[in-house]
Amino acid sequence: MVLLSLLAAVTIGIVRLRNLFAIVILSGIYSFLMASVMIVLDAVDVAMTEASVGAGISTVLMLGVLYLTKTEESAPVHSPALPLFVSAVTGAVLIYGTFGLPPFGMADTPVNTHIGPDYLAGSIPQTGIPNVVTSVLASYRGFDTLGETTVIFTAGIGVLLLLKRLRRAEPDK
Amino acid sequence: MTVFSPLIDHFNYFIIIFLMVSGLYVVVARGNMIKKLVGLMLFQTSVYLLYLSPGKILGGTPPIIDENFQIYSNPLPHVLILTAIVVGVATLALGLALVLRINEEYGTIEEDEIFAAGDEDK
Amino acid sequence: MRLDAILRITAKFVLPFILVFGLYVQFHGDFGPGGGFQAGVIVAAAVFLHAIIFGLGQTMRIVPPIVVEIMVPLGVLVFAGTGVAAIMTGLNFLDYSHLAHDQIHGQEWGVFLVEAGVLITVSGTMIAIFYAVAGRDRK
Repeated sequence: MVLLSLLAAVTIGIVRLRNLFAIVILSGIYSFLMASVMIVLDAVDVAMTEASVGAGISTVLMLGVLYLTKTEESAPVHSPALPLFVSAVTGAVLIYGTFGLPPFGMADTPVNTHIGPDYLAGSIPQTGIPNVVTSVLASYRGFDTLGETTVIFTAGIGVLLLLKRLRRAEPDK
Repeated sequence: MTVFSPLIDHFNYFIIIFLMVSGLYVVVARGNMIKKLVGLMLFQTSVYLLYLSPGKILGGTPPIIDENFQIYSNPLPHVLILTAIVVGVATLALGLALVLRINEEYGTIEEDEIFAAGDEDK
Repeated sequence: MRLDAILRITAKFVLPFILVFGLYVQFHGDFGPGGGFQAGVIVAAAVFLHAIIFGLGQTMRIVPPIVVEIMVPLGVLVFAGTGVAAIMTGLNFLDYSHLAHDQIHGQEWGVFLVEAGVLITVSGTMIAIFYAVAGRDRK
């Protein structure tokens, strides 16, 4: 609960600040807090990924881009009233929706009784892998992971196409 | 206590919604491209938490099978979010690459200035 | 330049440990937290560290961009190839049970190959993106 409140505080900082450098560093802190929350939620694999990806790789990439652009955000031209109204209404609707969700941490919710127990029971006899996350990732839902890997591949190709073509064209000039 | 117990039971969801809405606000209200990307990241991470929260079982342990433990949290959301995080950073990098190209083309990363420059070209 | 010397020596000292930790996360993913995605990112982070401390040119000599660009599709091919190999053994796409003499070992081989494919693609993509962003000049 304390961690979640800290997350909210960092978010307020990210929304209010105008210095992009500070925002990027705060988003790194945000990712580390998020990783801690994930450990509390028993998602150790996910926490590891979030700590290395969110706080490591994306911060480095953002800083690299900030170096190439500029680090100060200009003052907003439009009034923030309309976006604030839209966000508030969306938030109110979503909060109304949460009261239909089961309370936090219950074992007999539909989420936890549908297919998760099958994976937990089948992992050792069917694959011999104690870490159920790995066995689901690579074996039970291998097709899913193949799709995700292809998305990463596509994104990498996209970045290379966007950023590399200019350099190759320059010597012709 | 009975009045407050639904609030405490759903505290996770309230924070998730706060993160989600502030991400939405940043994306809609701010014109700076990098700020918009950070807003998208806020939105995205709130969805990660939204997936992970229902999978947690109080008193459970991480889903690594060991004979000393009986109750495990649900592994399925972990798998979905694990891949989503890495895909998220790949798409974030794609967005940053677009920002870099826009900055080279227009010399700015502010939305309004880009629109103004586009109008002048016509 | 004293600070610089400290940075260089620390980086040299830490880099092998980061790489070994990446491999540990990769191969220990069956028994503890970890797997191809995390290991790929950790390996990429080691390359980032080297590039930040020693300069991009030095890093590109150790890990040439062409190798990285080959790694990006290679991982997907390894992954999909494992699935095709499973079809060859008479089962469905990505069903590894017949890859070895019994089901457990077949699954272990399949998961190992799939995670290796994920490692190659993720680390390759991350390093390629970093090279592309870091290799540009400031305007």
